[in-house]
Order: sequence, then C-alpha cells, then structure tokens
Amino acid sequence: MTAPVTSRPPLVRFTDIVKRFGDKPPVIDGVSLTAERGDFISLIGPSGCGKSTVLKLMSGLLPLSSGEIVVDGMKPVNAREELFYVFQEPTLLPWLTVRANVELPLKIRGRPAPEREAVAKKNLALVGLSERADFYPRELSGGQKMRVSIARALSMSPELLLMDEPFGALDEMTRDHLNEELLAIRQQHAWTAFFVTHSVAEAVFLSNRIVVLSANPGRIHTEVKVDLPYPRTEETRLSAEYQRLVAEVSRLLRSVERLKNAA
Amino acid sequence: MKKSRIDTFLPVISTVSILGVWYLVRAIMPEEQHFLLPAPHQIVQAFQEKGPALWAAALNTGRGAVLGFSSAVAMSFLLALFLSLSPRIRASFYPHLMVLQMTPIIILAPILILWVGAGLKSVVIITFLICFFPMVVNTTQGLVSTDANLVDFFRMCNASKRQEILWLRVPAALPYFFTGLRIAATLAPIGAIVGDLYAGNAAGGQGGLGFLTIVYSSQFQMGALFATALVSCALGFVFVGVVLVLSWWGLHKWHDSYRKET
Repeated sequence: MTAPVTSRPPLVRFTDIVKRFGDKPPVIDGVSLTAERGDFISLIGPSGCGKSTVLKLMSGLLPLSSGEIVVDGMKPVNAREELFYVFQEPTLLPWLTVRANVELPLKIRGRPAPEREAVAKKNLALVGLSERADFYPRELSGGQKMRVSIARALSMSPELLLMDEPFGALDEMTRDHLNEELLAIRQQHAWTAFFVTHSVAEAVFLSNRIVVLSANPGRIHTEVKVDLPYPRTEETRLSAEYQRLVAEVSRLLRSVERLKNAA
Repeated sequence: MKKSRIDTFLPVISTVSILGVWYLVRAIMPEEQHFLLPAPHQIVQAFQEKGPALWAAALNTGRGAVLGFSSAVAMSFLLALFLSLSPRIRASFYPHLMVLQMTPIIILAPILILWVGAGLKSVVIITFLICFFPMVVNTTQGLVSTDANLVDFFRMCNASKRQEILWLRVPAALPYFFTGLRIAATLAPIGAIVGDLYAGNAAGGQGGLGFLTIVYSSQFQMGALFATALVSCALGFVFVGVVLVLSWWGLHKWHDSYRKET
C-alpha cells in the first residue's frame, strides 16, 4: 500500500454507531471502525446488513441513533467539502450535457466558470470520456454513465469517496474493466474509499481492507486484510494470493449468510 | 416502423372517401331536408361570404384564449411551486382546487358578468378557470416527483433550497409541465368559445366564434355554422401546434419521449 506515512489522525472514526428506523430493532448495532488516509475499505455482507446505511450515515444523509462518526475531525454534515457519494445509479441530470453534469458540484458551490471547465476537462479525460463531453446522458451506455458519475464525484477533489455498489448494474466484463480504471485513477491522488459491494472478486481486487458485516442487526463479523501490492492490474486476478483471498472471503460470507438464515 | 410513401397518402384517401359519403348521404336525403346538411362546396361558399366576419370572430376568440391560457400557465406555475413546498400545504389547498374544478364554469358565467361585466374580461377569466386545474395538478406532481437520489446528490453538494428548486426540481418537472400544457391548450379555445357564448359582448365588433354560432343558428345558416365549427377547430390546432413546438424545444435533446427509435 502506498499510503503516506504521517502522524495525522485517522480520516474516519466510527465509535459504537447504532442506527434504528422508528421503533424497529436496530439495522446497525454497535459498529466501531477506523479508516486511515489512503485506505480502500470494502463493506460486504448479506442483504439487510446495513452496508448502504453505513454510507448514508457517513455522508450525513441519515442521522445516527447513537454513537459517533468523525470525518477529518468533523461531523459528517460539516465534512461535505471533503467527501463525496457515488450512488448505485449514475444519478446524472438528464437535461445537462456530460460536461455540465461534471461541473455541477462546483457550480452549486459557486466556483468560477474557468475553474469548472478546467476540472471537467481533466476529470473527463481521467475517465476516458473527453470525446463525449457534449453528449446527453441518454446517449451513453451504462458503463459510460457510471464513469461520468465518478468524474463528477472527483470534481470536488474529495479526500473520501463513498461508493454504494457503483458497478452493481453492469456486466462482469465492464465491471472488471472499470475496477482497473478506478485504481488507475486513484494513482494520481490516493483518496480514501468506502466501497459497498456484493461481489467478493471486486472487493478483493480493489481493497486493502475488507469488512465483512453480519445481518440482523448489522455488526462487524470479521475484517480481512488484502496485502496484494498496488498498482493492481489484470495480472493480479491470476495470482495465487488473489484467488486464495477470494476463496477466504467467500467462505466468510457464506458463514455469515448461514448465521442470518439460522436466526 | 418505416414510413412508406403510401402512409403519406392515407389521410388524403380517407378524406376523399368521407367527402364521397357526405355527398352520397345528401343524394339519399329528401330534397326538403338538404338545408340540414350543407354540401362541402356550400361550406366553402360560406367561407367566401362570411370570411371577414369569421376572421374577426376568430381573432377575438383567439385573443381571449391566449390571454386566459397564458395567465393560467403563469399563475399555475407559481401556485405549483408553492404547493410543492410541503404535503401540508397541498393538503390545505387541494380541496379548494377540487371545488373550483367540480363547479361547472357555465354556472359561474352569470356571477362573472355581474362582477366584471360581459365581454373580454369574462371570456379571459372563464378560459383561465378551465385551463388552470390541469396545469396546477400536473406541474405540482412534476415538482414533487424528483428522483430521491438526485435530491440526495444535491444535498451532498450542500445545495441551497433555491438551487435545488431552480436547477433540479423545475427542470425535472418539465415533462409533467408540458403534459399539463397540452391538455390546457386543447381546452383554451373551447373555454374562450364557451365564455363568448355565455358571457361575451358582441357590441363594437367584439363578438367571437360563440357569438357567431348564436347568430347563424338563429338564421338557420347551416353552411356558415359548419364554417364556424371548422374555424374553431383550426384555432384548436394552432394552440396545440404551438405547444407541441414548445414541448419539442424544451425536451427533445434529453428526454426519452423524444428518443429516436434505433
């Protein structure tokens, strides 16, 4: 891992977080976790374990029931300059061109036009869509839309990226390819990532840490360290260590599923 | 489906057939009843004789329809923005809107005449009342149907309420707005003609198509009545045509309803 060695405090710290909706039993019950700068953490677990809810709590879109989340020394709502959310769907504005969509977070924050244009140009080049800047979202494929969504998320140069199954709706080939691209993009600036996914292969390929959650209520079951060296490429998927980790995480996931079904 | 050359001529063929049946019916009818169904060429004749009167009446009705329609669009948009702010506000005002919509406008005509007098003002108000409801309902629905993820995205950007409304909710509501606009556009000329029938004022050449209908029917001028009907129909087409162009202009680049089939 190429995370810079610094004495700065961890970027994200959860302390015993609990989330319940109304009077129902808690969805998340006592999760504590620390993310260092440069960590790529995948959250994986059976459906209903509250993976997406964790991201919503980190972004301040949902309030906590109890416990505390600190992002770079701030409450999540106040840390929005530094974090960004990538949704399951591309959530592009269909009436804006690709370029205008990428510029939008900057426009909302009142940044001047020359800066917005420069950032959009840079980030569209990063995701390989410079040629499509003047297209409307409906003219793009699913994978291209997701790339625009990532370019948009990077427009504020976030320290922390929260990604909620961003490639879940794509076919496996496109997904593998975008996984590689995502890591390549991250070479330029190693933002910290929380990545929710259902795909073990994707989690192992991307992350340096995989957090396996159990369901009803959502708790941390195990954490798996992935020591595969970055940069990771297609070759990484062929390595014995990669295959071993995929098998191990799959086994953990199955045991968590059994626990859920037994309950 | 690919459009072949024959498709272009289908409406022409059907029109010719209808005209043929028309003459056929007249040929079967007893002579003394012919005045009930003027022949197509007699309607054309009526157009030539009554041309200036029809044109003046169409302009008067058109003026009432445009004023009533455009004020309904503007007011309904503002009200929809207000209604979209909270479910409480909608719960408070929807019943009143329903009452207004359920009341037959014709019954309001005498009240309007007493309030503002017969004439253009009454015609405009009646048109307004007819167009208002579908516009408010559709636009409000559009403003509150914004994709929840897009709203979350705006919140993640720390967008102000104003930015959320102007940059997200209003554009997202455009397809709904244009649906309301199309319905209102078909209603506006009808509203103006009904208004003219019940609350119009023909003094000083202000009479519209409704007034002409009263005059021609009292004189059994069947050709002229059919001509008046056709002019009213044409007025409706102008309204709908303009709205279709506006709708195309607002949506064709990005909305799926204007997506070319591939």
